[in-house]
Amino acid sequence: MTAGTPDTSPARSAERSRLPGTLAVGLVRARVELLGFLRERDAMIFIFAYPLIMMAIFASVFGGEDQVFDLGTGRMEVNFPQYFLPGMIATGIMLSSFQTVATSIATERDDGTLKRLRATPMPAVAYFLGKVGEVLLVSVVQIAALVALAVLAFDVPMPEAGRWWTFAWVFVLGTATGTVCGVAFSAVPRSGRSASAVVVPVVLVLQFISGVFFPYPSLPDWMQQVAQVFPLKWLAQGMRSVFLPDGFAAVETAGEWQHLLIAGVLGLWLILGLVIGVRTFRWRRRDDG
Amino acid sequence: MCENMVGMRTESAPTRRPATDTGGRDTAVSVRGLHKAYRSRGPGGQGYTQVAAVDGLDLDVLRGEIFAVLGPNGAGKTTTIEILEGFRNRDAGEVSVLGEDPDRAGRAWRARIGVVQQDSRDLGELTAAEMVTATARYYPDPRDPAEVIDAVGLTEHARKRARALSGGQRRRLDVALGIVGRPELLFLDEPTTGFDPQARRSFWDLVTGLRDDGVTILLTTHYLEEAAQLADRVVVIDKGRVAASGTPDSLGGPDARTPLVTWLDGGELRSLRTDRPTEAVARLAHEIAAPDGEIPGLTVSRPSLEDVYLELIDAPGTTHQSTEEQQ
Repeated sequence: MTAGTPDTSPARSAERSRLPGTLAVGLVRARVELLGFLRERDAMIFIFAYPLIMMAIFASVFGGEDQVFDLGTGRMEVNFPQYFLPGMIATGIMLSSFQTVATSIATERDDGTLKRLRATPMPAVAYFLGKVGEVLLVSVVQIAALVALAVLAFDVPMPEAGRWWTFAWVFVLGTATGTVCGVAFSAVPRSGRSASAVVVPVVLVLQFISGVFFPYPSLPDWMQQVAQVFPLKWLAQGMRSVFLPDGFAAVETAGEWQHLLIAGVLGLWLILGLVIGVRTFRWRRRDDG
Repeated sequence: MCENMVGMRTESAPTRRPATDTGGRDTAVSVRGLHKAYRSRGPGGQGYTQVAAVDGLDLDVLRGEIFAVLGPNGAGKTTTIEILEGFRNRDAGEVSVLGEDPDRAGRAWRARIGVVQQDSRDLGELTAAEMVTATARYYPDPRDPAEVIDAVGLTEHARKRARALSGGQRRRLDVALGIVGRPELLFLDEPTTGFDPQARRSFWDLVTGLRDDGVTILLTTHYLEEAAQLADRVVVIDKGRVAASGTPDSLGGPDARTPLVTWLDGGELRSLRTDRPTEAVARLAHEIAAPDGEIPGLTVSRPSLEDVYLELIDAPGTTHQSTEEQQ
């Protein structure tokens, strides 16, 4: 293959000591992650397309009515798809970050991908950068598709320019929190095969109690209490504050958008996920010594 | 048949060249007094006991050699290798791999080793070429990915997704991923399991080619023929310790290679170990040959590495009943 005896010249030694930068390797990893995601049919359907399908179904079923649910805010100038869009965006972020990361790490730990990577000089940080890169790209494209669907098929009006700043920070914080919590949760499934079975129900239950399918205020009180503890409720609320008119703040349980609290709860989960993730992350299976 | 085999062996001197005799050459791997125990459930399913997987192991791998580690399942081969690769910590002992302690070694060290692990089920949606190319970019001075794919004989399948490769092709991809970083030391943990004979041959050529390029190779295998073909030195591990070591030809000591003559005497299998098989056959021809001049069921064989190995594993620490010619 390569010629002769190993080259021990100073040039080659210098070459050897210059390890690739963490960011550069992170980009390579992001490409690997993205290719793997795009070619995995299950992931494409249940992560990427799911919110779009739900959006299309729900909006078509209820789209005929001009008014959203009667929540006692007086005149409604919002159609159902517009009310539904922020919830689906929040769901998409959760799937693309939390569900993708938790299942993929659990699977990769089980099938030995992580162990193989551990034997290379790839920096650990680059592995996570790769995940983050993949999550960001997938969720940006996913949200763009959701918004396009809402605008083109269901005439949902777009918010004024200033609202996109709110969107940006809610999106970044939500994605970061979901990713980090996904890393932490990946320690829970005992095997790669059970990963989906363990992760998906958590995601589904959270979706139902956090008001992404139904208006949150119409959920039973106890359900709201439970949902308040978890980040998805706050993520959805943040997205509603972007895509719904300000009058709708009155419909929220607190009567306002609570931006500070949204940032606080998401930030808390971000830190909690980081602490747990750092302590529980393993390159090898539990039964592997 | 075993019971009938009574040899002419004297006390065996198992090791001509110990696993730790470096003859003054540079070592790539040096291990002294390695211990590793695992917690295991007690016999009644209650309580835990410590089970030693590696129990006072010494070995040295010289730079530029192919060093084979043999031993039955559960002998501690993989545990040892994984300690050397930095995957596991040890309970006691000194370990130096390319001059560093694998427990503390960092990225620069990992750039100098290549690892082909025992089981790999992780090859998925990326193509062979994509995987090798991506892996190359983790290293400071990688080989050309296309060359590496060619060297392992995967050029034809380079654009196939790893998932679609056959078992043998995947294993070759594992090797490609292990060598693309231009390692100085390559670990091969049972690399040819599941290969057909032809694939195994070409794999051996690949490995000897790497050795000729100056790569040190530490190999574990279940195939004694493989060790005999490839290895410059072998070590047999049993119950977490070195049972024997040396070149493939000398393993087990000279007595282990004494030719074996077997024949049938009145329908009963007889055997004789002797350094003078020709003389023994001549005597048999004289004494018990059938009317047509043939000795019934006659075989003369020199024990292969496999025979020697099996004896080492079957009867650890015991010497064979010796002498007494049966006739």
